[in-house]
Amino acid sequence: MTRIARLVVVAALIVVTVTVQVSIFSHFSLSGVVPDLALIVVIAAALVRGPDYAAAVGFAAGLVLDLAPPADHTAGRWALSLVLVGYLTGLTKPDGETSVPGKVTMVAAGAFIGTSVFALTGLVLGDPGVTVGSALQVVPRAVVYDVVVTPVWLPLVLLLFRRLQPAERW
Amino acid sequence: MPMTDDPRRSRTVVGLLVLASITVLTLDARHDSSSSPVDALRTAVGSVLGPVEKSAAAALQPVTSLPDRFGDVHDLRLDNQRLQATNRDLHRRLNVADVIAHRASEVNGLARFADTSRLQVVAAQVIAMGSAQSFSRTVTIDAGTADGVRTDLTVVDADGLVGRVLEATRSTATVLLIVDAKSTVGGRLGDSMELGFLDGDGDVGNTSSLGLSLVDHTVTPRVGDSVVTWGSRGSTPYVADVPVGKVTSVHSSPAELTQTAQVDPYVDFSSLDLVAVVTGTSPGRSGPDLAAGNAP
Repeated sequence: MTRIARLVVVAALIVVTVTVQVSIFSHFSLSGVVPDLALIVVIAAALVRGPDYAAAVGFAAGLVLDLAPPADHTAGRWALSLVLVGYLTGLTKPDGETSVPGKVTMVAAGAFIGTSVFALTGLVLGDPGVTVGSALQVVPRAVVYDVVVTPVWLPLVLLLFRRLQPAERW
Repeated sequence: MPMTDDPRRSRTVVGLLVLASITVLTLDARHDSSSSPVDALRTAVGSVLGPVEKSAAAALQPVTSLPDRFGDVHDLRLDNQRLQATNRDLHRRLNVADVIAHRASEVNGLARFADTSRLQVVAAQVIAMGSAQSFSRTVTIDAGTADGVRTDLTVVDADGLVGRVLEATRSTATVLLIVDAKSTVGGRLGDSMELGFLDGDGDVGNTSSLGLSLVDHTVTPRVGDSVVTWGSRGSTPYVADVPVGKVTSVHSSPAELTQTAQVDPYVDFSSLDLVAVVTGTSPGRSGPDLAAGNAP
């Protein structure tokens, strides 16, 4: 597969993921909390390709989340959160194949960092919807829901990113 | 170009990406108060992703329209595991029929609402919802400028006030729900005709309520009073006399000048489906703005 084709596949993955997250999973929200499928995509990218690739995927996915309707928050907040999630996950992942509990821990830690950074930027920018109280409610729920969908969603995206790995790496 | 694991290069890439994110943040920081350079990009992404969301919502509609109460479904599963196995097919058909029946009654309700209030409305379906993680209560509907929807129009459903249009692309629009922390609606107490302001509490859960503060602080709202919209000049963003909710509790603290009350909205925001955008008022409606205005 050429480099362009791989880029197109990743872009399509991001668009499909964000669409599923806002249009379909919104019906299965637990007190408003929806699984962060895009965040799990970024973690998969980090597990397969490392920190800089994951940070780039995080930036793209975050920007789409920031701009896709019905988003109304200041754009750039999810982008910043997911860049950090991708980079930190890529840095801390163990060398070689990550164990199943390891992957789940990565998702939980990533979900915690991602939603917390998003909430913190809201506090800094004075978003009236973000209060310390609401953040304390939302962040743990988001972590739990992300871990719940991980067994289904993470293996799928891991498989895709492994297929997309350039041949010269093998 | 293979990605290397060189830590220095990695730090540069991430540094640049963080910088890019902060640049976007800075450019869009005034998004709420005035127009920002990112708005054009937001509209462009909306015009592309809106239709994608629309088709995704349509494709998975039979699944997503099932009553989405996990607790209930879980209990039912424990109680009826054996029965469900034998009746799965029957259940599925029944559920879809329920949805169709429910939607038909919603359409009737909307039609009745539009008819009795002499409002011109455009019906629309909710195709995407903001998550609690984003700390805002917004939804996307499948009607846009092509249907006559534009910024600052009132959105209602058969039960009452839903919100107002924030942004509209050709085929979709973003609606700010009245329970969002950024939303303030002028309200009128149904029983004393007193005016007040209804603020969304921004509660991210499904137990949202509105805070009502009255302009005249000598008036005490009564529990059970209904609240309707006060109406804005030119009927935007809110048309007058749309039911909003019911007073559930009243607080008065000596420190505050105004009486505050909690209002439970009539609309169930966790299961929004069919809504209507008020695009105009029919001739014959007696409103101060229309009567006094010198419209052609």
